[in-house]
Amino acid sequence: MTELTEMQSAPVPSPVMRLELVPIILFAAFAATPTLAAYSGAEGYILSLLTRVMIFGIAAMSLDLILGYGALVSFGHAAFLGIGGYAAGILASHGIEDALIQIPVVLAASAAFAFLTGAISLRTKGVYFIMITLAFGQMLFFLATSLAAYGGDDGMTLSARSLVAGWGVLKNDIAFYWMALLCLLGTYGLSRAVVASRFGRVLRGTRENTIRMQAIGFQPFRYQLVAYVLSGMMAGLAGFLLANQAEFVSPAFMTWQRSGELIFMVVLGGLGSLHGAVIGAAAFLLLEEFLPEILHAVSFFLSDDIRSRLAENWKMVFGPLLILIVLFARGGIMGLLRRGRHD
Amino acid sequence: MTKSVLELRNLRKAYGALAVTDDVSLSVHPGELHAIIGPNGAGKTTLIHQISGLLPSDSGEIIFDGEDVTRLPMHQRVRRGLARSFQITSILPGFSALENVALAVQARSGSSFRFFGHAARERALNEPAMDCLNLVDLGARAQIMAGLLSHGEKRQLELSIALATEPKLLLLDEPLAGTGQEESQRVVETLRRLKSHTTIVLIEHDMDAVFSLADRVSVLVNGRLIATDTPERIRANAEVRAAYLGEEEAV
Ligand SMILES: Nc1ncnc2c1ncn2[C@@H]1O[C@H](COP(=O)(O)OP(=O)(O)OP(=O)(O)O)[C@@H](O)[C@H]1O
Ligand SMILES: [Mg+2]
Repeated sequence: MTELTEMQSAPVPSPVMRLELVPIILFAAFAATPTLAAYSGAEGYILSLLTRVMIFGIAAMSLDLILGYGALVSFGHAAFLGIGGYAAGILASHGIEDALIQIPVVLAASAAFAFLTGAISLRTKGVYFIMITLAFGQMLFFLATSLAAYGGDDGMTLSARSLVAGWGVLKNDIAFYWMALLCLLGTYGLSRAVVASRFGRVLRGTRENTIRMQAIGFQPFRYQLVAYVLSGMMAGLAGFLLANQAEFVSPAFMTWQRSGELIFMVVLGGLGSLHGAVIGAAAFLLLEEFLPEILHAVSFFLSDDIRSRLAENWKMVFGPLLILIVLFARGGIMGLLRRGRHD
Repeated sequence: MTKSVLELRNLRKAYGALAVTDDVSLSVHPGELHAIIGPNGAGKTTLIHQISGLLPSDSGEIIFDGEDVTRLPMHQRVRRGLARSFQITSILPGFSALENVALAVQARSGSSFRFFGHAARERALNEPAMDCLNLVDLGARAQIMAGLLSHGEKRQLELSIALATEPKLLLLDEPLAGTGQEESQRVVETLRRLKSHTTIVLIEHDMDAVFSLADRVSVLVNGRLIATDTPERIRANAEVRAAYLGEEEAV
């Protein structure tokens, strides 16, 4: 008996161990980028693109926490991007420009919204949960468009990036990049701990079999609600960063299409691994960015006219391409990596 | 008379016009293995659902361990010591056998709102879980993914999970369902061992198992309890034979 319990506490077996390479390589690549970008001649462009990737990585990962580990398909997650962005923007417009105040407010506002909407939506299941989270997201979207004092439809420009203890360090794009990476690492580490903890195990168990969990004495609702709040706070932080990067926030932050894109990123990267969601966000955004050029390059055998039209209408290729990836790469990109290792 | 562990008073449940649980009153004594038998569709599973709290009752009372639990949700009844298994195996297929049981231990030991620390490595959870697995002879299969266990092993695992909640009363809905000859022998042996640990309400179609294990037997037909008695007297009861046993024993 003791022998077997020992086995459990022994280091994780090698296949899992080897898979851990993926997040290490991923984060090392993010960390190396500023240095490499300095030699590329397009430093500003690369940094801004990858900062965006990391910010959406945080948002997608926060969604993975409830979608991948809790099977809760929230179709209103972009609302938290909006809450984070608007909290920063509104505070800044009232002269409160320090991140040390803004971030706690962002987290509190996201948590409050998640708690209220989660307490209601989590009483429903399946497609009803999807619809009700969508409805709450839309509610917030329309609220933002009606905020005339804060730009209404057009959104609002932030006078500058947030200060850090009165210090304007984030104006520097490299510093802002590191700030985004720090947030990504922090939320990743936190999420990793959470999913392996007692709490996370209850969440994962509920995903597999809710009735079984009730039959051993758990009330799934409470755990799902706390996970939803945690997830909302992380997505709120992403919204704060997004508004800061662009120095702009608008209702477009929280369209339902944006929520759909977040789901897509998670599925694309592979559900339930956390770093998969970051990879999914990267794949999505980089594809979106470079698909026109890629299309132009691979269609070299076609006439110039068709080539340019193809590049122009890249979205017609983008959609089907994503669908194909999801269909043929079951388990997303992480699924592919895993399969590659087992062969 | 000793205080009963479970007492059902005039319990009812209807689906539309169909009375599935029809004025059932029953008392289960401490330490006994109380079997409930009855033909298919008699309402046995429904009754277990009502007792465990998975289904609400239309009327009547469920007194468990001296407390009225009629309106408590399932998880709260479990915390008071009322555990159950399911007719259709209900486990966490993606978790190891050990983790299936460790989660049940976790449910009763301290708060699960802990966000740090590796739950799968907690000795305080794994060791009692391992004891429960050994009790059903699954110790050697602890690290196997539950979904990959054989059907009989899954039934054993479900028993082990129920045991890990430290129940005062165990409600078992056909633990032998779908098991082969050898496997069912094993489950029967396990049940015989569990008998001395806790009070059990057993629903089972396998009459050999029922009559060899039960201290008392209740017979449910069309939602009504038509008899509760010792196995010998149930066997001899004319009404029971007519309603149920006749056809079975003829085989
Ligand atoms: N959700 C439901 N809606 C309507 N009728 C139901 C429902 N669930 C069960 N029934 C009916 O209630 C009756 C009792 O079902 P139950 O599953 O409790 O029987 P059982 O004694 O467990 O049968 P078995 O021995 O086959 O497991 C059956 O006639 C069944 O068709
Ligand atoms: Mg049944």
